[in-house]
Amino acid sequence: MVKDMTGELTRQQYLDLYYYMRLNRAVEDTMVKLFRQNKIVGGLYSSLGQEAISVGTCYALGKKDWIAPMIRNIGALLVKGVPPRDIFMQHMAKYDSPTKGKDGTSHFGDLDNLHIISPISMLGDLIPVMAGVAIGGRYLGQKIVAMTWIGDGGSSTGVFHEGLNFAATQKAPFVLILENNLWAYSTPVRRQVPLENLADRAKAYGIDSYIVDGNNVVAVYNVAREAVERARAGEGPILIEAKTFRRLGHAQHDPAEYVPKEMRAYWEARDPIALYEKFLAAEKLLDAAGKKAIDDKLDTLLAAEREFAENSPMPPPELAETGVYCTGDDCHQIRAKWERPVSEVTPPKSSVKPVWTVPGFGSGKGSGGADAPIHFGDTPKPAEMPAHNPQPIRKPAKAPAKPATKVTGKKAVKATAASASRKARR
Amino acid sequence: MAGANGTVTNGSRESGKEITFLEAIRQAMFEEMERDPAVLLIGEDVGVYGGAFKTSEGLLERFGWERVIDTPISESAIIGAACGMSYLGLRPICEMQFIDFIVCAFNQITNFVAKGHYLWNAPAPMVIRGPSGGGVHGGPFHSANPEMYFVHTPGLKVVYPSTPYDAKGLLKAAVRDNNPVLFFEHKFLYRRIKGEVPAEDYTLPIGKALVRREGRHLTILSYAAMVHTSLEAADALAKEGIESEVIDLRTLLPLDEETILNSVRKTNKCLVVHEDTKTGGIAGEIAAILCEKAFGHLDGPLVRVTALDTPVPYAPTLEEHFLPNAKKVFAAAKELARY
Repeated sequence: MVKDMTGELTRQQYLDLYYYMRLNRAVEDTMVKLFRQNKIVGGLYSSLGQEAISVGTCYALGKKDWIAPMIRNIGALLVKGVPPRDIFMQHMAKYDSPTKGKDGTSHFGDLDNLHIISPISMLGDLIPVMAGVAIGGRYLGQKIVAMTWIGDGGSSTGVFHEGLNFAATQKAPFVLILENNLWAYSTPVRRQVPLENLADRAKAYGIDSYIVDGNNVVAVYNVAREAVERARAGEGPILIEAKTFRRLGHAQHDPAEYVPKEMRAYWEARDPIALYEKFLAAEKLLDAAGKKAIDDKLDTLLAAEREFAENSPMPPPELAETGVYCTGDDCHQIRAKWERPVSEVTPPKSSVKPVWTVPGFGSGKGSGGADAPIHFGDTPKPAEMPAHNPQPIRKPAKAPAKPATKVTGKKAVKATAASASRKARR
Repeated sequence: MAGANGTVTNGSRESGKEITFLEAIRQAMFEEMERDPAVLLIGEDVGVYGGAFKTSEGLLERFGWERVIDTPISESAIIGAACGMSYLGLRPICEMQFIDFIVCAFNQITNFVAKGHYLWNAPAPMVIRGPSGGGVHGGPFHSANPEMYFVHTPGLKVVYPSTPYDAKGLLKAAVRDNNPVLFFEHKFLYRRIKGEVPAEDYTLPIGKALVRREGRHLTILSYAAMVHTSLEAADALAKEGIESEVIDLRTLLPLDEETILNSVRKTNKCLVVHEDTKTGGIAGEIAAILCEKAFGHLDGPLVRVTALDTPVPYAPTLEEHFLPNAKKVFAAAKELARY
């Protein structure tokens, strides 16, 4: 399940990352065309320039792992295996879309196969939900990791705090990707949060964090892979701040004239796909013929997917009346998938003394519970406290451009991307 | 509950023995957790302490830390996490320490949990329960009846029982239901009301009202603590020759229209008693249903006896004035009976 941590990616992995970024962009380009033809019913949001984050993080997950994407994480959906037609049909409110027209955009999920939880527009709500998925999966012995994304804007919600704090107290196998694209609609991050690095928020929850250049897909992937492995091993939740920039407005209607020209120019010169193509060419992983083959593959695929989507009908009006409630076994057979002996969680084995002396409370089986002792007034002074992470920190595998910087304790943060974005803001 | 020999037992399970409302809740949770390892309890102080009202006493001892989860003071995290668990096929029971605090998780419940099945075919089998209601001088933040916020939310079920028998049977049904069920427990009833429950496993259907007292002159619709108030008023009315039919709604969403309509078509008069405030209370909805479906049967106006349209005040004199009581029900019913 967990990919090889020894260092270099395989050739196929490098090419997969490229393909999914290209697919992500091509799907969104197609939707812009559909939007201009008035075929998209509602709004259209763009992840232009942020593809490396959706793709690089989700690619680090295994098949059984769970994601809850946000509106700008179409790349994650594609990596998980959602066909482009579903994304087109969602935006076009078609009957054959995953929600049959009941919701739009990337607001859909798949509990049974792909393990995707639908986003909602109220930011932050998915954080406790994914904490629950992580805790529930651990309870069932499934060894899964739950991942969701939040923006710089969404990191100021109350439920971000409630969810991440609860996940941390539970040492939940949960990875939160904080996409700092510098803008929450029209408000720059500096007007939202008095922090240079949003990853610093992790300190408040006693969890580890990383800062990574969000426009460098290999760096994103390597950091995500390490975080996913650590979360799966029971080290608790991990926060990754990916520094990037929202190249278009909040949605299609927003020309984003509030963004300084120099800032836009800086980031447009750092397009994640263009940067990666340079790297792939230099490493002789992709030549002109290989690129042409991908171009053709995407053209053919998306033409077919688009045609299918356009041919799907609108839902029949009466559908609006149906499906508010699950009507029982005929509607959904709800069965937990146990991957550990049920006897472990049923009496007499489950029985405990109801007193606060359980070491590693709440950390569950196989989650390094002993690392979370409970103090009874003998909490050591901060200076005497051992490092939170008892294991040596492995360096992320070699990245093509700027490496990820691990944030630990009081060490100075060397975030190249951060200083770059600071420059860009001036 | 620890037995004499230190073993964990399920307390009073002898048939025919009267138990409190509180014990009915505890037994329902205990038995459901015993029956199905997918059932978990999550909330503030539900573990070691056994819950602010001791409704979960003994559960941690029997089922352990993974199934009885003490949380930080984070209602949105409790609801959100339970929802995530439910997507894996688990059946979490969330405790709100006081139901007043449920509004802290309002968005999580109304926008995420409630809409999932309709929008993306994701059932969330979970229960959100907690102590509600006034009459115990809890003040404005520990006495709420927030049920109508949620009755207005398609996708939820809202249950509000009045007896230990109903509470146990309906809570078990709520745990087994594939939808999110809000389960309100009137704290005034916790230790004041006792009743018999069968020794064997049983559930009661969600969405079914019950005729608590038959009568022919007028119908009194009520739920939760006000059922007892209504029955008290009905006794007094009977002494004056007015036979009132008292119906316990038990579930507010979905509402049992059939039982309501059958009774009103018989008595032709309807009085609704609820502890919730008047404006936007269930009485207004019932009035609309009667106008739509039984207009020709009504011989008088629909009358409401409810709490005042104010926050729940603290001082006993103020709270008593705020709440409906048997005297107020009696007076309103007598007036209605004259039509």
